[in-house]
Amino acid sequence: MFTDLLFYGIATVLLAAAVGVITVRNPVHAALCLILAFVSSAVLWLLLEAEFLAIVLVLVYVGAVMVLFLFVVMMLDINVATLREGFLRYAPVGAIVAGVIALELAYVIWVRGSALPGDVTLVPRDATYSSTEQLGRVLYTDYLYPFELAAMLLLLAIVAAILLTMRSRPGLKVQDVAEQVKVRRDDRVRIVSMKPESE
Amino acid sequence: MVTLNHYLTLSALLFTISVAGIFLNRKNVIVLLMCVELLLLAVNFNFIAFSRYLDDPAGQVFVFFILTVAAAESAIGLAILVVLFRSRRSINVQEMDALKG
Repeated sequence: MFTDLLFYGIATVLLAAAVGVITVRNPVHAALCLILAFVSSAVLWLLLEAEFLAIVLVLVYVGAVMVLFLFVVMMLDINVATLREGFLRYAPVGAIVAGVIALELAYVIWVRGSALPGDVTLVPRDATYSSTEQLGRVLYTDYLYPFELAAMLLLLAIVAAILLTMRSRPGLKVQDVAEQVKVRRDDRVRIVSMKPESE
Repeated sequence: MVTLNHYLTLSALLFTISVAGIFLNRKNVIVLLMCVELLLLAVNFNFIAFSRYLDDPAGQVFVFFILTVAAAESAIGLAILVVLFRSRRSINVQEMDALKG
């Protein structure tokens, strides 16, 4: 009973936050609404006993990705007014497409969903069950190759993001490591032979 | 009692809201990226709900991969956005017509 109330309450917050993301005027407020949506989804994932992924969602999304979003939103000087024009003009098209998608999904879930395990009663798992352990067990055996591909993908994203945003400004004083390593004694030291002077 | 259909309906609503958001905010690339994040979150909800109700941890593995890909996508998307803003001083999608598409 308590979990039901928790589900409905958090789901309401989640949907309200999602509506906030798409309708608020200020992109900073949209990013904050998105953070609220992520946190409430993490709570719902905890209800589904996916503890590891709930923590990952908070750490990776709220901690890293959304901070990056906020950083970019605040760094760019955006004129919100010009970006908002046409908001109401596109609203009917958006409503029609969203309505069609909603009808299709409702058909799939509520009409064709008889094969789904619809009325399974969830048994709460005992305290010794660890979703992290289960996930790791599957991840490092059956899905080892996709896991390594995911690691490569992250490396690729790091390289791409750095390469895209790096720029060489003229007149910048930076260390040239290759030049430093290449240097010989003759470039730096000059031996001069001179007569000893006596007082 | 909360059943699988409740979670599927919640995920469908979330998906619909974010598709509507893509149409409403056609000019603002940052909000478009946020809507894509919401779409992926809705899909992740389905995976986790099915994983719990069918008692199969493989569903959570896919959520793990989707989170990885989404993080990479938003990092590169924001990097492109920063480069774009640096050269055009604007992130309006309507002004990105250099390719005459």
